[in-house]
Formats: sequence, C-alpha cells, structure tokens
Amino acid sequence: MSKIYDVLIIGAGPAGLSAGLYAGRARLSTLIIEKEKDGGQIVLTSEVENYPGCLEGESGPTLVDRMAEQAKHFGAEKVYDEILEVKLDGKEKVLVGKKGEYVGKTVIIAGGATSKPIGCPGEKTFTGKGVSYCATCDASFFEDFEVFVVGGGDTAVEEAMYLTKFARKVTVIHRRNELRAAKSIQQKAFANPKMNFMWDSVVVEIKGDGLVNSMVVKNVKTGELTEIVADEEDGTFGIFGFIGYEPKTKIFEGILNIQNGYLVTDEDMKTNIEGVYAAGDIRVKSLRQVVTAAADGAIAAVQAEKYIESL
Amino acid sequence: MLLLDKETFEPEVLKAEGYVFVDFFGDGCAPCEALMPHVMALSEKYGDKLKFTKLNTTKARRLAIGQKILGLPVIAVYKDGEKVEELIKEDATPENVEAMIQKYI
Repeated sequence: MSKIYDVLIIGAGPAGLSAGLYAGRARLSTLIIEKEKDGGQIVLTSEVENYPGCLEGESGPTLVDRMAEQAKHFGAEKVYDEILEVKLDGKEKVLVGKKGEYVGKTVIIAGGATSKPIGCPGEKTFTGKGVSYCATCDASFFEDFEVFVVGGGDTAVEEAMYLTKFARKVTVIHRRNELRAAKSIQQKAFANPKMNFMWDSVVVEIKGDGLVNSMVVKNVKTGELTEIVADEEDGTFGIFGFIGYEPKTKIFEGILNIQNGYLVTDEDMKTNIEGVYAAGDIRVKSLRQVVTAAADGAIAAVQAEKYIESL
Repeated sequence: MLLLDKETFEPEVLKAEGYVFVDFFGDGCAPCEALMPHVMALSEKYGDKLKFTKLNTTKARRLAIGQKILGLPVIAVYKDGEKVEELIKEDATPENVEAMIQKYI
C-alpha cells in the first residue's frame, strides 16, 4: 500500500520547488517527482539578472541549488521518475511513473516545457553536430567559429550575447524585422561588435556531412533563398535555436482543460479538477519567468493546504 | 570510471580492443551533470563487463570535434577504436543508456 502524501508535485523547476517549500513549511507531507534534473529550463542559463534579489554573478544553477536546498530544508521529499499516466478523479490522486506509483490528496502540476524545435529538415540529424538548444552546454565547441542564433526574444538575444564570449561572430536570424526582446537587452546587443542580424528570415534546411557545413535561409518577405556555407578553415558552424517552448501536457489530454497546449487554471492555480493545480510555464499565462513560476508554486501549495483542511 | 584527457583518450579508447563506453561531458553543461550520477551507477552495475570512461570535452575540444562531438552530452560506445553507437542530448536518458550498454556486454 503506497504512502498517501498530502501533496504530489510533478516537476522540480522553480514552480515545483517553490510549491514544495511552501507545502513543506505548512507541514504537509510532500513529494516532488522530477523526470530529469532539478531546476527546469533555467539551469541552462549562465546568467540570471532579473529574478528579484539576484545580484551579479547569479546563474541558473546557483539559483536553483538554493531553491532545492530550501525545499529540502522544509521537509519536501524528492524522487526521480517520469509520470506516464495520471488518475485524478476521486479523493486519492494516483500518478503512474516509470519506476512506481504515487498517491496523494492533491497534485500540483509543474512540469514546465521543452525547447521548441526550429522545425526544418536536417535539424534532428545534426542535433549535437552543430545544432543545439543549450548555449551553456555547447558554446565552448564554437570558440573562434561562427554561430547563428534563431529567435528574437529575450532568450535568443541573451544567449547570443553569451555566445559572443566564445564565437568570433554571432548572427541572430529572426523571422520579423525587429526583436521582441526587452529594450535593455536589445541595446546591449546592437552595441556588441560581434553581433549581427538577419531580419525577416527563417532557416529552412540544415545540411552537412557528419557535422553541419551549410544551411538554407529564406527571406519570408521576398521568398529569396540564401545558402550559408561554413568557412573553409572552420569546416562547420553552430546553429542555436531559441524560439520558445512547448508545454508538456500530453498525459493530461482528455482529463484537464487545455488551451493551445497549456493547462487552464484560475487565479488560484486551480484546474477543472478539485485538488489538482498547475503552476509555472505549463499553464496559460501572460508572462513565463522564474519569478512568476515561483509565485504560482506558492499559490498552488497554499490552495492545496486549504483544500486538504476542508476534506 | 576512468577519467580520460586529451593524452589518454587515444591509448584508452582509439587504440583499445573490444568495447569501450565513453561519457562526453563538459564544464557548465547542466544536462551532463544531471546524467553523471546515473552513468556512475551504471558503471558500478556493468563495470565488470564493459570498460567505462569519461572525457571532459571543455579541456579537449579539438579531440571532441575530431570525434564528431559538437554538442553535449553524448554517451558513446566504441569498438576497436571506432565509434559504433552514440546517444546525443535528449536521447541520452538513463534508460536509453542502459539499453545501449546491454547491447554490447
């Protein structure tokens, strides 16, 4: 007979860790179930400057380490497993994982999202062979080489700036004629001599021989195709995709309300099922940041507590 | 688990006979760090049947590129000095790595 937890949390990113901390602190028996690694998307970021309270030198990993430590300090347990199926009706919610089953009175879904692929032929073939979605992982391979960054938001521009510390030239390829990134980041980007921009452009094919050696870029306004070939001496170049994220909600289809792939909740993080909440990037919301994920986690945990008290 | 560097990679992997497991990781690579404990556990489990090694590519960039490694993490199996299979990035889950190991022991 499985232990019945007060709160089961899917995901150990900022939303899940914040929920774990608040639930633990409320003396609720809490289990955080993480598929891969603590911290979610933010651990891939080398510099975090906009999380309130972060001073210079904060990175995704340093911030997350402290969040994980804090949740643990307040008694939240953690297990590494991937949830494949959920049974959410009834007083006891059951989460079926690869390694075991978990039973709880409430569930907080904080499973986050994964990088959206660029969506062109050759992308999958050359992942790890020139194509990457993680600048902190792979920047050092491209020292003194040329790299291209696909995207136009905060992440794309920030990661492009990070890459200028390694690459000799960084070109941002964006499908519009202006960036979506925050103005302060844009200013820094335009002032950086290593940064270049290809506007109104999308990557339509990635080619190579073992490693990437060329790609085809299309101008979305004129339809013109341009082939970009690796410098002869380099032999290869990097293509980093930062065009957004896809929420991981497949296992909730037909069970929870979903809009454009994201879980629908009210302001209290409640889904359409009693005792089931969603927090962080996985839910419908206007701003996806670490700070809003942490806020969602706290709200969900407090709601879970109220619900449990009413049982 | 044997930690290799740019000097020892050749004798231990490229000039070795039979199967060698190589975990290519790097500094600042969070997914590599997350995978490492699982790989260590697998090396404990299968270490008597397969040679387990790891290489920090941040300190051996040219060597890594020469092995067609341009992104991390990569978990590979070599046979008689040739790479016969590799799991790259998202595909390098603990389950997939174990399944790959079982093919070569």
